Amino acid sequence: MGKILLQVKGLKTYFYTDDGVVKAVDGVDFTIRKGETLGMVGESGCGKSVSALSILRLIQEPPGKIIDGEIWFKGEDLLKKSPEQMRKIRGNDISMIFQEPMTSLNPVYTIGEQISEAIILHQKLDKEKALKKTVEMLRLVGIPTPETRVHEYPHELSGGQRQRAMIAMALSCNPDLLIADEPTTALDVTIQAQILELIKKLKDEIGMSVLMITHDLGVIAEVSDNVVVVYAGKAVEYADVVSIFKNPRHPYTMALQNSIPRLTDKQGKKLDAIQGGIPDPLALPSGCKFHPRCKFAIDLCKKEEPELEKIEDNHIVRCWIYNKDKAKEFKVKQEVVSITQE
Amino acid sequence: MENNILLKVKNLRKYFPVRGGIFSKIIGYVQAVDGISFDIKKGETLGLVGESGCGKTTTGRTIIRLLEPTAGEVDFEGENFFKLSKEKLRKVRRNIQIIFQDPFGSLNPRMTVGDIVGESLLIHNIVKNNKEKEEIVKDLLETVGLNAGHIRRYPHEFSGGQRQRIGIARALALRPKLVICDEPVSALDVSIQAQVINLLEELQEKFHLTYLFIAHDLSVVKHISNRVAVMYLGKIVELASTYELYENPQHPYTKALLSAVPIPDPTLKRQRIVLDGDVPSPFKPPTGCRFHPRCKYIKPICRQEEPKLIDINGGHYVACHLER
Repeated sequence: MGKILLQVKGLKTYFYTDDGVVKAVDGVDFTIRKGETLGMVGESGCGKSVSALSILRLIQEPPGKIIDGEIWFKGEDLLKKSPEQMRKIRGNDISMIFQEPMTSLNPVYTIGEQISEAIILHQKLDKEKALKKTVEMLRLVGIPTPETRVHEYPHELSGGQRQRAMIAMALSCNPDLLIADEPTTALDVTIQAQILELIKKLKDEIGMSVLMITHDLGVIAEVSDNVVVVYAGKAVEYADVVSIFKNPRHPYTMALQNSIPRLTDKQGKKLDAIQGGIPDPLALPSGCKFHPRCKFAIDLCKKEEPELEKIEDNHIVRCWIYNKDKAKEFKVKQEVVSITQE
Repeated sequence: MENNILLKVKNLRKYFPVRGGIFSKIIGYVQAVDGISFDIKKGETLGLVGESGCGKTTTGRTIIRLLEPTAGEVDFEGENFFKLSKEKLRKVRRNIQIIFQDPFGSLNPRMTVGDIVGESLLIHNIVKNNKEKEEIVKDLLETVGLNAGHIRRYPHEFSGGQRQRIGIARALALRPKLVICDEPVSALDVSIQAQVINLLEELQEKFHLTYLFIAHDLSVVKHISNRVAVMYLGKIVELASTYELYENPQHPYTKALLSAVPIPDPTLKRQRIVLDGDVPSPFKPPTGCRFHPRCKYIKPICRQEEPKLIDINGGHYVACHLER
């Protein structure tokens, strides 16, 4: 295993709105090693994107604020950096690609101008050399005839090509970490397959680490080495990808997997839906945030919030069932919990 | 078997004119749906899958005549739906309802849930007054798993999943025979999707509904459909029973599409077919077989002649020259 590149500890990012405090991220912990892909999975509003933006310190303040936690990147706490220092890190050491490739490119500049801007800024190349490098990058991400495409505007490219251009821009300064926030959600499946293959290939070539944020368990299974599951602003489970899918321990991780239709399912199988809805961020439940939807919840879960607990090497869970002192209060035993997942 | 068929689509075409130049003359047509034919049997769910821009939504909307067809026929219970007068159409249309993708955009924000769900009851003179309407609406809300007490609330007071349930209640109000579900779960979160899919299945059993289920998610379509049609650039390229299509796909596009779906199982290793390029524009579709620029098995004939959708094995239809 490689060296630790990024370590996020107890991150909390709140938004102070007129309606009250939104605890968008309220205790997210994970580490990413060099060359590793970490998958971050969760549903809308669970705090995945805000976690990513917090790492890059792109939270608008006010209304948002990172109120607690540490973000260690290459041995330095990013939360202690000045805005100027952060600017040098963004796009250079850590870069990000977004879900919507149309709205994240500037429509009035050619893609060449947009990509070479970062190269000129971070690598101190002149315009001509930067443009050359841009063409190289576009070729690397598989855009045909990059010499002419470099002078085109975003609207002249298809959705898949725009996402390729975004990736070219993100990778132009050889970052150590690429944050990909739902990079394929807006794309068709055949284009999604192209982009995922591309990210995998480039990751190996450049040797960077990737934080892959998505709600799609299929994408997670395909690209991740380790996975962190997030629910209502909190990391609830962290493990290697095989354990997450074959031996999930948190009731939410299990329920999520039982509720999705799979291509490999037998026909006529009924989906085991999770009851209830995603909690309102302004009125989060007490205790464990998942308790109103949890099959195993007991009184304790309503009252007290569980902490992250290490249950095996490289497997961390936030659930009372795995707490040695409290486990006996549950009707289900730990073993039973793991069996309910077939 | 013939009278078992609820809806028969024959050679359906829908072209959208493209205007250009100073006088806004018609300079061409987007061939969104270009001559497709299929049947839907009573009580079955026919899945319609394809990527964005392949014409699946246009197909659904043209069948119910939300869009006027360019050519073709749709027989519903033996009557040509496209030949009906406006008045007659309204009467027949109560048998076909539609559920839309966007649970935010498809409900009028100024109407209460009671009015949204019950409006059609008044239009079709099924109820005489508001009191009767409310009773039926309350029943419907409970059927789709909503609280009947919420009848006077507005759409913004509900979550995405609940709003989709309102859309379903609205579609059911007239006791339709056929429901066109246009991407009904794709805007919903993973944990909510399963709830809505289960609901649609329960309702189908309870009210003997027939579904045309339009979606891009192949896992969802496999789960809910009896038969599946795959569309590419305005054409059906393959149509078969769900089992046949997923276990034994014949068209190169279907094969690539299936292999592109990420499967939530990290231990599963499989050979992926990655297609090159993008879906061409339906404004100037390729000649011959529309898939030929992206196809690995291309033969000279594929560039020149369009393959017909033929039955290769008892109800497994494929449109590909390789099948000859």
